[in-house]
Amino acid sequence: MIAVVSDAVNAVYVIAVIVFILGLKAMSSPETARRGIVYAGVAMLVAVVVTFFISGLSNFALIAIGVIVGGGAGFYWARVVKMTAMPQMVAVFNGMGGGAAGAIAAVELLASLTSGATTGLSVAGAVIGSTSIAGSVIAFLKLQGWMPSRPIVLPARQPVNLAVLVVGVGFGVYAVASTTAIFLLPFFVLLLLYGILLTLPIGGADMPVVISLFNALTGIAVALDGFALVSGPLGDAGYAMVIAGTLVGAAGSLLTVLMARAMNRSIGNVLFGAFGATEETGVAVAGQMKPIDAEDVAVMMSYANEVIIVPGYGMAVAQAQQKVKELADLLEAKGVPVKFAIHPVAGRMPGHMNVLLAEAGISYDKLFDRDEINNEFPNADVVLVIGANDVVNPAARRVGSPLQGMPILDVDRAKNVIVIKRGQGKGFAGIENELFYKDNCRMLYGDAQQAVGKLVQALKRS
Amino acid sequence: MAADLWTALFIAILAAFTGYEVISRVPVLLHTPLMSGSNFIHGIVLVGSIVALGFATTPLEKGIGLVAVVMGAMNVTGGYVVTVRILAMFDRSKRRGGGS
Repeated sequence: MIAVVSDAVNAVYVIAVIVFILGLKAMSSPETARRGIVYAGVAMLVAVVVTFFISGLSNFALIAIGVIVGGGAGFYWARVVKMTAMPQMVAVFNGMGGGAAGAIAAVELLASLTSGATTGLSVAGAVIGSTSIAGSVIAFLKLQGWMPSRPIVLPARQPVNLAVLVVGVGFGVYAVASTTAIFLLPFFVLLLLYGILLTLPIGGADMPVVISLFNALTGIAVALDGFALVSGPLGDAGYAMVIAGTLVGAAGSLLTVLMARAMNRSIGNVLFGAFGATEETGVAVAGQMKPIDAEDVAVMMSYANEVIIVPGYGMAVAQAQQKVKELADLLEAKGVPVKFAIHPVAGRMPGHMNVLLAEAGISYDKLFDRDEINNEFPNADVVLVIGANDVVNPAARRVGSPLQGMPILDVDRAKNVIVIKRGQGKGFAGIENELFYKDNCRMLYGDAQQAVGKLVQALKRS
Repeated sequence: MAADLWTALFIAILAAFTGYEVISRVPVLLHTPLMSGSNFIHGIVLVGSIVALGFATTPLEKGIGLVAVVMGAMNVTGGYVVTVRILAMFDRSKRRGGGS
């Protein structure tokens, strides 16, 4: 069995890699983003197809079954899932990539153990890939609501996590050094456990950053697998993995930093801070929450100089974006200008709100970033907060608050604030929102879809 | 360290800077699709999975290789479809009431 990667196959890999880079570049601009993913898709298809022509390849039936089953499942699942569940789908498919990288490393390790050759690169690829899949699965479970999204903090977690990692890697190194395959089992088990333990204490509000981080990690794991391949007899298929993996590792790392910066947090703080797990003590929130009827809100908005709508995750969960669009249209028909204030991390992912509002057909020129609109709140008669919580919590301005320093939308400075909220619970960060207790704030209780629907009805009547 | 590894290391360094450059000036609006798109690109792991399974000999290697192929293929198709669906919302023909 001689493995040969022919010139023709290599040429295709080279072209595919170039197109990946161009595709990624295209995806970083709104005008060309859609073209970018299609280019990358074609390149991927071609790269996968030519891989079958590497001579010496066997087990074709198994490969075909795997591609059809996995590809079909991924395709179907991604097609049927609701748009609101997209963040967790990114987590799942990223986890699959990490798992594949870990499994490749496992095969390489088993093969190298029997052949006597050893490679630390596969160990590293296995470490990162396993952490990525286990962490991504936890991220998925938390976002999907199949697991509490609050930080789950185990006692002595820092030393325990470190011990799990060190012992796990120790088993891997020992398995390689002693060429004993059985030690690979505790190696993988402990690394999967490490991925779980690492992600458990991270609260739902931080999940976008974490998913982005795992995305970068999977890229690095893929690159490491590529390194292990290039040093083997198969050679050049590995270079494509090195380039694509490193590309994603670098781009993903930068993206992670950008996202964390948008929340004024460091990566270390996100990973190890167990954000929102500790209650601030000694701060009692003065005042009480004051409810209001949809009819009163409708009248207030009808006679407002302008209405600024602040959407949040609650809008996404309730699929209320169409109703929101209807509301905005009705108000504009009455001559009330409507603007949307989008916090960079509103929802579960940056850009989440923009995507949903665009889906509902709301024009981009009505959407404003935090920096663009923050000065306008004091002049606005009515601000309507739909299912947003932590991103409008004025506690962030106070020294000592767990939210301290997080950039927020200054909605509390508006003349009237209406908050649509399902109940009196806390936000994702698990912190009491002082906005709700302010004198200029009224609560319109209900699911975002129903509540906005009631507002629409009331506006039509008035 | 083998010559191949050095070559791969040089390539990786260039790729890292390329990835950094490509992303450095991206609007917040595109963070999610970009994360999803780069998630798709590391689906290249499927190529490695196919190679790993294609040269697997023992039943255990084949079993793990099959898992790798299934997961890699899910990464590719799922990552692609999710990205396309997110980006479909940026389709200008679906925009109502303005846009450039």
